[in-house]
Amino acid sequence: MISGRAAASQALPESAIEEILALRPKYPTLEALTLPALHIAQRASGGWLPEAAIEAVAHLLELPVARVAGVVSFYDMYHVRPVGRHRIRVCTNLSCQLRGSGEILETIGQELGVEEGRVTSDGRCSYVQFECLGSCDTAPMIMVDDDYHENLTPERVRQIVRELK
Amino acid sequence: MATERVLTRNVGRPEALTVRGYREGGGYDALAKALRMQPEEVIEEVKRSGLRGRGGAGFPCGAKWSFVPRQSPKPKYIVCNADESEPGTFKDRLLMEHDPHQLIEGCIIAGWAVGANTTYIYIRGEYTKAAAILEAAVRDAYDSGVLGTNVLGSGFRHDMVVHRGAGAYICGEETGMLESLEGKRGQPRVKPPFPALVGAFGCPTVINNVETLCCATHILLRGADWFKSIGTDERNTGPKLYAISGHVERPGTYEYPIGVPFQTLLDGCGGMYRGRELKAFIPGGASAPMMKASDRAIKMDFDTLAKAGSMLGSAAVIVMDDTTCMVRATLRLARFFAHESCGQCTPCREGTNWMKILLQRIHSGQGSEADLDLLAQVVPNVGGISLCALGDAAQGPVKSLVEKFSDEIRENLRAGRYPLPAPRYFDQGAAA
Ligand SMILES: Cc1cc2nc3c(=O)[nH]c(=O)nc-3n(C[C@H](O)[C@H](O)[C@H](O)COP(=O)(O)O)c2cc1C
Ligand code: SF4
Ligand code: FES
Repeated sequence: MISGRAAASQALPESAIEEILALRPKYPTLEALTLPALHIAQRASGGWLPEAAIEAVAHLLELPVARVAGVVSFYDMYHVRPVGRHRIRVCTNLSCQLRGSGEILETIGQELGVEEGRVTSDGRCSYVQFECLGSCDTAPMIMVDDDYHENLTPERVRQIVRELK
Repeated sequence: MATERVLTRNVGRPEALTVRGYREGGGYDALAKALRMQPEEVIEEVKRSGLRGRGGAGFPCGAKWSFVPRQSPKPKYIVCNADESEPGTFKDRLLMEHDPHQLIEGCIIAGWAVGANTTYIYIRGEYTKAAAILEAAVRDAYDSGVLGTNVLGSGFRHDMVVHRGAGAYICGEETGMLESLEGKRGQPRVKPPFPALVGAFGCPTVINNVETLCCATHILLRGADWFKSIGTDERNTGPKLYAISGHVERPGTYEYPIGVPFQTLLDGCGGMYRGRELKAFIPGGASAPMMKASDRAIKMDFDTLAKAGSMLGSAAVIVMDDTTCMVRATLRLARFFAHESCGQCTPCREGTNWMKILLQRIHSGQGSEADLDLLAQVVPNVGGISLCALGDAAQGPVKSLVEKFSDEIRENLRAGRYPLPAPRYFDQGAAA
């Protein structure tokens, strides 16, 4: 554990390591900390998981690196490539599609001038289409970082994108 | 239909976010009552109420609780399914954001009933706001003696952990959820053994949906007879949340007695968007076969919808008007299922992909009637022999497309109309 921790501190700030280890009493196994630990590590690493961060989590949780990497690849919310400072998820599932998500997606593409999944050259934003975000009554909607933006129109979404620093 | 608000009574009552405010409205009285009863009596009451699972499968809740062994050398767990990822579904988010203690109360009651000292609330990772509200409510519950070593002074111990997922529909399937909770890829397990015997961390576990557990709270407070008096018949009982979206005037979550006719739901949310014509509706989330406008009188309960070849599922009602291209709508759902198949079983992995490809071909204008025929042949082979119900779920919308909208598709194909122009939703002027 000590050596795992020492190895982890190469890649993760001490505060993130503390936050992860503080979860231990909540679960009967160390492995159960994998998802929360990856959330914490990703937040501490600029919104994505560099290899070193994945290795750090594996060391902390005494798991093979391949095992943790396998978990990372399974879930849509973990990223293994750099993302923009702001991450936009555009829901394009059916309820949003019926209420104009296609035009929202188009507008964001025009505003940012990059393809889906790419980061703007100033590192400010990236955007992806996403599955239903459970806010279909306020369609069309997008998620920017941790926040939902609902009942959108092309004008409104243009304004939101422009206000992202 | 004037309906008493039961599950949603605290929506728009922000006081209910604290233990104190929740108790002022009668909150935690159900738990106090349950703790004075024998666990077996609690299970019996839930059984008698006829409560069926609100997560999708409609399994009787009391029966599920009774499968957990009374005596167990291992700890037991409650896992609350708050993954809510079935497209069209947003009712559990409402319950968690507006009335977290109603859910916490239901979880502790379930814990008392089966002898579990820990609840994990597995909430989808994207629900950051709901997770923060739940976490604050759980802390408050510990500070107020509702959770912890001595629940409401009864001597019963119950702990609760809010556990965030990370974006994978399959983690809503109960054994996928258990794998994910244990820190693994969320791949469904071989069953049996069922979670009641071998669940979370190898221990007996009850997995229930958010709304199911909220219902349990009211059953304990007001009794099984009251719950049974609501609904269509003794197999379809209680209040129910319907999440309505798509082409309606006022999308939202609406509470009705289970079995309300679709037309009543539609009228209740202001009717069709801009007064257009109803073309089709999905009664129970992306997995539920689509219904036609002519089915508008149907009762929205488990058995009536099953008899009609569809399902109540998560009661997510997606309404489509006459501007909707059914191929485009179904393709979007097929894309979803192909993306979310976990890939363990060949029929599901390959089949979901084939359905997507064939629909894409038709939609893009490169398809022919032969593709539609092939699609009809593929559909029955996607579900069945596989580890979980995702394959069956993926069949639902496509099956209904082929069965109910073939004439329209053939006509469009013959006339070379695909790709149909995607209807613009916003004014051209405003979108420019
Ligand atoms: C692919 C798939 C996804 C599911 N997603 C959910 C979900 O998001 N929420 C949920 O409560 N149940 C979901 N279920 C149903 C669960 O497996 C399980 O039946 C349910 O949580 C049991 O709780 P209940 O009896 O209270 O409904 C899903 C099932 C499948 C096959
Ligand atoms: S049916 Fe599909 S989603 Fe379910 S376990 Fe098999 S491959 Fe995975
Ligand atoms: S379809 Fe977009 S939030 Fe549900």
